Amino acid sequence: MERVAIIGAGQAGCEFAASLREKSFAGEVILLGNEGELPYQRPPLSKAFLKGEVGVEGLRIRSEAFFSKHSIDFRAEAPVLSIDRADRHCLLADGRAIHYDRLVLATGVRNRTIALPHSNAAGIFYLRGLRDAEVLREGLAQASKVAIIGAGFIGMEFAAVARQNGADVTVIELAKRSMARAISPEMSSFIEQRHVSEGVVFEFGVVTEAFEINETGAVQGVRLTDGRVIAADLVLIAIGVIPNTELAEEAGLAVQNGIVVDQTLTTDDPVVHAIGDCAAFIHPLVPTSVLRLESVQNATDQARFLARAIMGEASRYDSVPWFWSDQYDMKLQIAGIAGIGDLAERVEDLKVGAFAVRHSACGQITALETINSAREHMLARGELKRVLEARGFIAPQRQVSSTDTLGKN
Amino acid sequence: MTIITFLNADGSSREVQATDGMSIMQVAKAAGVDGIIAECGGELVCATCHVYMKFDALADGIDPPSAVEEEMLDFTSEPRRPASRLSCQIKVTGNLERLVVEIPRTQI
Repeated sequence: MERVAIIGAGQAGCEFAASLREKSFAGEVILLGNEGELPYQRPPLSKAFLKGEVGVEGLRIRSEAFFSKHSIDFRAEAPVLSIDRADRHCLLADGRAIHYDRLVLATGVRNRTIALPHSNAAGIFYLRGLRDAEVLREGLAQASKVAIIGAGFIGMEFAAVARQNGADVTVIELAKRSMARAISPEMSSFIEQRHVSEGVVFEFGVVTEAFEINETGAVQGVRLTDGRVIAADLVLIAIGVIPNTELAEEAGLAVQNGIVVDQTLTTDDPVVHAIGDCAAFIHPLVPTSVLRLESVQNATDQARFLARAIMGEASRYDSVPWFWSDQYDMKLQIAGIAGIGDLAERVEDLKVGAFAVRHSACGQITALETINSAREHMLARGELKRVLEARGFIAPQRQVSSTDTLGKN
Repeated sequence: MTIITFLNADGSSREVQATDGMSIMQVAKAAGVDGIIAECGGELVCATCHVYMKFDALADGIDPPSAVEEEMLDFTSEPRRPASRLSCQIKVTGNLERLVVEIPRTQI
């Protein structure tokens, strides 16, 4: 029987397994996790879960019963050590080999870390997985001075939660503004103003040199290269992620800030695919750059696309990218991807508390950033979908190899 | 514990014991009820946990949709009806005893 093995049981891997069954895939499906947990949703970890508004049971993507009912061989703790593409098997940490006819890499990302004096002190946290969120939540309950290194989405969401929790909050960022890689200067400024009005202090364009500790060895401050020390009894380091590409690279697959795949999400090996945060791909919205998107939308849409492609129902991934972030009562939503040099215009006549920046190129929308404007966001997604449909195919591409080229078992 | 019945578009149904305080979406996901995707985890950005409420719950203690839910309900994959709600926004309480919710045929 044909066997599909999936490395990584996050949102992408889990959704892919479920979608294959939904599409009546009749072969074996093995889903290899490495967190010793049923698959869970990460977005609430930096928001509702931290605030205690939702517990672990509310984060589950699929239940244990779902996997057995749909004959998905889910293994919660099965880290993969290596991939042998010639023999089509994965080697697990427990020494067992798993044969595959098709392999899907949904290996995700891990946190970028910093190695500075005392960077392992008590009170210094990272946030990625459920366990991280649990210990951070406990730490936050006792913290009075919070320093956050990195003004990306995680840093900014945590700043809001920590401030709402009553802590003094300082955000330390190397760049000149927040969320600079993902949103426009206008939107950064709008969001920063709200944080400032809530009492958050920003330190932009500064570099962390070391952490200072007290007599018990716990963190008590962040020392900057300009000589200043930001007092803190809790530090969150949120300086971005690194895609988990090592397995692919060691197996001889192309890697370029992610596992390189074509428009069918297929690597150079026709039976090996990559989806979700770890995949580097070309999107027709910005055909000149290789993208790697870290979002629920990207994970689940790529998962569903790949299941359809394998079943012969789709041949080019072109879903509209979208994203969101919650900070205080502001819901930031982004539809599309703004390119460098696109025209950015503030949208007028929105309701009170709303804000939006529209990006376009050659008169066509490329992205819409909104605050508290769900309707405008959803309409922009529809508009972008129509733009993409009208654009059609952008380059010759391979089809996902049909299942009849498989059949080792 | 409150019993909630999930009714599928094909007419099949399933009763689930719901813990008070969880959302109907979380109850469905935890019990492995098919047809509720809830891609965003209950953060009101995806409209993939759409349900049709089957009793006059709106009059009996369920808060009406928030402004954001109202907007998102216009973007569900299956048509919006007067009884449409996003199940992530409805918390289980004793008021919902014997609630029947219908799951639309599609969410995306």
